[in-house]
Amino acid sequence: MVTLTIDDVKVTVPKDTTIMAAAETQLGIKIPRLCYHPDLSMQGSCRVCIVEVKGVPFYMASCSVNVWEGMEVQTNSPAIRQARRDIVELLLDNHPRACLTCDRDGNCELQNVAYATGVRERLFAGERKRFPIEEDGSAVDRNPEKCILCGRCVRTCEEVQGVHNLSQQGRGFTTVVSPAHNDNMDGSVCIQCGQCIAACPTAAFTEHDNTEAVWKALADPKKHVVAQTAPAIRATIGEGFGMALGTPATGKLVTALRRLGFDRVFDTNFTADLTIVEEATEFLNRFQKGERLPLLTSCSPGWVNFLEKFYPELIPYASTCRSPMAMMSSLLKSYYAEQTGIDPKDIFVVGIMPCTAKKFESRRPELRTADGLPETDAVLTTRELTWMIKNYGINLAALPDGSFDSPLGESSGAADIFGTTGGVMEAALRMAVEKITGAPPETMEFADVRAVEGLRERELKVNDQLTLRVGVANGLTNAKTLLDAVLSGEKEFHIIEVMACPGGCIGGGGQPYPPEGYRIFDKRLLAKRAEALYSIDGAKTVRSSNHNPAIKKLYTDYLGTPGGDKAHKLLHTRYQPRLPRGIR
Amino acid sequence: MMPVTTATNNREEVRRRSIEALTPEIVAYIETCAQDAHASSHLIGVLHKVQAHFGYLGREQMDAVAQLLQVPASKVTGVATFYHFFRLEPRGRFVINVCLGTACYVKGAERVADRLCEELGIHFGETTRDGLFSLEGTRCLGTCGLAPVIMIEDRIFGDMTPDQVPALLEKHVLQAQREDRQNGD
Repeated sequence: MVTLTIDDVKVTVPKDTTIMAAAETQLGIKIPRLCYHPDLSMQGSCRVCIVEVKGVPFYMASCSVNVWEGMEVQTNSPAIRQARRDIVELLLDNHPRACLTCDRDGNCELQNVAYATGVRERLFAGERKRFPIEEDGSAVDRNPEKCILCGRCVRTCEEVQGVHNLSQQGRGFTTVVSPAHNDNMDGSVCIQCGQCIAACPTAAFTEHDNTEAVWKALADPKKHVVAQTAPAIRATIGEGFGMALGTPATGKLVTALRRLGFDRVFDTNFTADLTIVEEATEFLNRFQKGERLPLLTSCSPGWVNFLEKFYPELIPYASTCRSPMAMMSSLLKSYYAEQTGIDPKDIFVVGIMPCTAKKFESRRPELRTADGLPETDAVLTTRELTWMIKNYGINLAALPDGSFDSPLGESSGAADIFGTTGGVMEAALRMAVEKITGAPPETMEFADVRAVEGLRERELKVNDQLTLRVGVANGLTNAKTLLDAVLSGEKEFHIIEVMACPGGCIGGGGQPYPPEGYRIFDKRLLAKRAEALYSIDGAKTVRSSNHNPAIKKLYTDYLGTPGGDKAHKLLHTRYQPRLPRGIR
Repeated sequence: MMPVTTATNNREEVRRRSIEALTPEIVAYIETCAQDAHASSHLIGVLHKVQAHFGYLGREQMDAVAQLLQVPASKVTGVATFYHFFRLEPRGRFVINVCLGTACYVKGAERVADRLCEELGIHFGETTRDGLFSLEGTRCLGTCGLAPVIMIEDRIFGDMTPDQVPALLEKHVLQAQREDRQNGD
């Protein structure tokens, strides 16, 4: 233990505690910071968290200096307050004066720090950096003029996702964060997960806007505009409207979408159930033949991009199932079009997704109709939909509950939990165990695969003869650990579930910025969002995908058998190695 | 154990193309470095070798280094763009260094530099489209008595005035033409 004084108060903390942590845990003083994140490596570049230490002739960055015995720290002396404000002013003076028109106005860490440190006027004037703005990507836009070089995106891309796409290029005044060769995001090893957007304290990264296209379709009387909402949206959409964290808002979400003018509101959960039926069938086939195991799940499009760029040799092991969004879009432009007699060209499908990679997925050539049109016309992130609802003047929290349209709106509890890490695995196990043993599992809750940790390996005893070995990873650095162990032969699994984003879709790159008191990758935040999904699942009577009556009916009326020819044509896809090949 | 070679594995293909972008000597050097536990710490040394051979760091070469040394391409370009020593564009046949040290500056180096830019139609750090001249600024060359000084390849030209620039450039154009004729181009 180390004893020191902070602002003349004596405190004792364990050795290796930083000044920042000591001030926060012992005295409740939150020293302003920008580049610091507890789950990322230390950078100490923004200098906003400086403090005075007696006897040290310069100000110290409290995030990266450990306390020592007898240390005397001042966090709020007049000199330090002035210095901190100067530092923030200098950041602002190399930053566009565009708060009023910025995506993050009102939800920007730089803006908050500027207010908190007392910047009320801008004293310094000088040259400001100018960089081209990238806004023609499929998923992630980049505005380096708003970048403050805190490096949070760089560290996230490297440490959390293992993608290493972003790095600081150049030096001094012309330093810029970008992919190699200053390439655009689509031409780089970027996997479009959007975690750089979540990590950025400003709006140097944002999702590629699709709201205009959706407003236009909604106003077009010739278009039949259909929404489908991903499992994770219902757990987070309330956050933007003051609802308590982790409150499911399924019914209000449906009502809001109807009020915005969507002709039909369907549930991606329906096709999450369908995914499970197809994927469990695929697994059982491979399992019986003893080939191509482990089966790698394929519903996370960020992970699919990672597979194609970083682990192309594992492509044959990936499930060929399309993502639930792609399955729904495919059905909407075939089955649904036939049922309703609407020309598929007039159906405008909008995916409401927690995900930026889904925007990229929707542009994939292999997911187009015979006429070459995208099956999914537009993808909105949770943030974009939140803005649209507010823009329309609707308070989602005050809306009555609505219900999804039939028949593509009915789902089992297994589909709800798709939105959290381990959820796809649990949903698949509910069905696979029944198919293997001939009886439903004793409990629907596979507590073993539940948790928001990044990496889990479990053995599940199905019966006396069979134990299934499963791996669950979220965050691609964790996925690498599992995949490398498989490739080296060190470990064997039957199924590996991979979700690109930390926590799964609830922590997706398109989810709301964390509310006050939380930060990205925050386990408390992820646990609350996951709890919303588990509570919806727990309240349902049908909890296994293969028992969803609407799914059974769809096979009888239209698809034939799971894994059959028609199902293959409409619900499965193919992958291919993509360049540039990532360094793993 | 799982087979690591499947039809979708592009590892060898990417590797083959990387090797083609470099020379056998550089590839051999990278392979020695890649065996080191801290392979990435050899990045700067490898880039030195690439620049020594090619005269600059081209996109293909940097990507090849990334693949063979297994260092992310964003790191390779990050390092290459950080150090002034590394060049990302091919150098001209004649590299013109304008001394911008104190003495030269005081005696009018800037006017000489402006005239060079004007005559060549390029900025500092650029190369003329015909590949003949690159223009660079440098710090004191240690010949302050001759200020203002420019250096073309390894020759010093002192007491420069802006008006001397056109003739000096013309002399090098003629030299290049003469050399080309001798080499039968």
